[in-house]
Amino acid sequence: MAELNIQELERRFQEKIDNDIRIEPNDWMPERYRQTLIRQISQHAHSEIVGMLPEGNWITRAPNLRRKAVLLAKVQDEAGHGLYLYSATETLGADREETIDDLHSGKAKYSSIFNYPTLSWADMGAVGWLVDGAAIMNQVPLCRCSYGPYARAMVRVCKEESFHQRQGFEIMMKLAAGSEEQKAMAQDALNRFWWPALMMFGPPDADSKHTAQSMAWKIKRNTNDELRQQMVDITVPQAEMIGLTIPDPDLKWNEEKGGYDFGEIDWDEFWNVVKGNGPCNKERVEARRKAKENGEWVREAANAYAAKQKMKKAS
Amino acid sequence: MANNEWPLWEVFIRSKQGLSHKHVGSLRAADAEMAVENARDVYTRRSEGISIWVVESNNVHASHPTEADSLFEPAHSKVYRHPTFYDVPDGIEHM
Repeated sequence: MAELNIQELERRFQEKIDNDIRIEPNDWMPERYRQTLIRQISQHAHSEIVGMLPEGNWITRAPNLRRKAVLLAKVQDEAGHGLYLYSATETLGADREETIDDLHSGKAKYSSIFNYPTLSWADMGAVGWLVDGAAIMNQVPLCRCSYGPYARAMVRVCKEESFHQRQGFEIMMKLAAGSEEQKAMAQDALNRFWWPALMMFGPPDADSKHTAQSMAWKIKRNTNDELRQQMVDITVPQAEMIGLTIPDPDLKWNEEKGGYDFGEIDWDEFWNVVKGNGPCNKERVEARRKAKENGEWVREAANAYAAKQKMKKAS
Repeated sequence: MANNEWPLWEVFIRSKQGLSHKHVGSLRAADAEMAVENARDVYTRRSEGISIWVVESNNVHASHPTEADSLFEPAHSKVYRHPTFYDVPDGIEHM
């Protein structure tokens, strides 16, 4: 094949994207497309893994065996999702352990929502309902992402996450229909998680530096604000149905746009948490770093055992 | 630490008797036995499989996308390999 110049390669690449032809690991791709995906997919993976911590906090204190089994299954799914995503980053030539070390050094980010503490059992409800709800809303369009391995991982993740949201909503519904104290607990969890859940969609479109390019590459299919609006429109009636109040005095149905108007998001809080100053940032990263350090001897031992078995087989 | 990294394995799952194994993704494991066990946990948590193959990724040899045109070109010109290439007159049945 004749050598193609970079402009021609880029033109053909964009043509494929425009025709909705998926990009696969060995295909030519612009370096920036590769780097954008490595950044996005590895941060997505980190979010799944760090996301196990706030919920893991409640496994031993779940109110009954059914809830405990469900929560365990959910947290195990998050581990699985992290693993699908780390293998997707590896198809782009990224080194799995290097991306994990970037999380531990603070170079790589993860979803800010996991830097909030889970203070009561109702938080398991709010997390499943709102945080997984927002995650699903983000991830459904990613099932059509231009990069094949990422899109395929998202298909699996979305299939599995719909139970996550339902189990969370079920917890909220039960508490909201319970005693005064239980209902207050559910309302308190909603109050604390509502705004951080809306922040999960990222900064407003006007301030989102990656959106335009990511949309042109069809990594992203909807803007942050579009998805946020969808989330509000879908969630408000659900809260009403179970008798909880969305903590937003400015929330109002807007007939003309066919959606809700809602209050100003505190973006200073968002950026502050992104920069590492949220209530649990240090604790979360420290827990991950310790997990890797404390598991070092296990990985070494498994390698030594594998090498020994190989030698035995050869002799 | 990187030199302690476990090798990468490609995972193939047979979802039910009568179907072939299909590639589902990859994972890291120290040896084949661990790769099968991890594949069970990572890729079949909802009974997606009844059989697992794992192949160390560096044993997979692939055709190169830039050579796809020349590699697959011979088949493009052989439309007569498809039944639709042939005219069958009206009234002829069971063909």
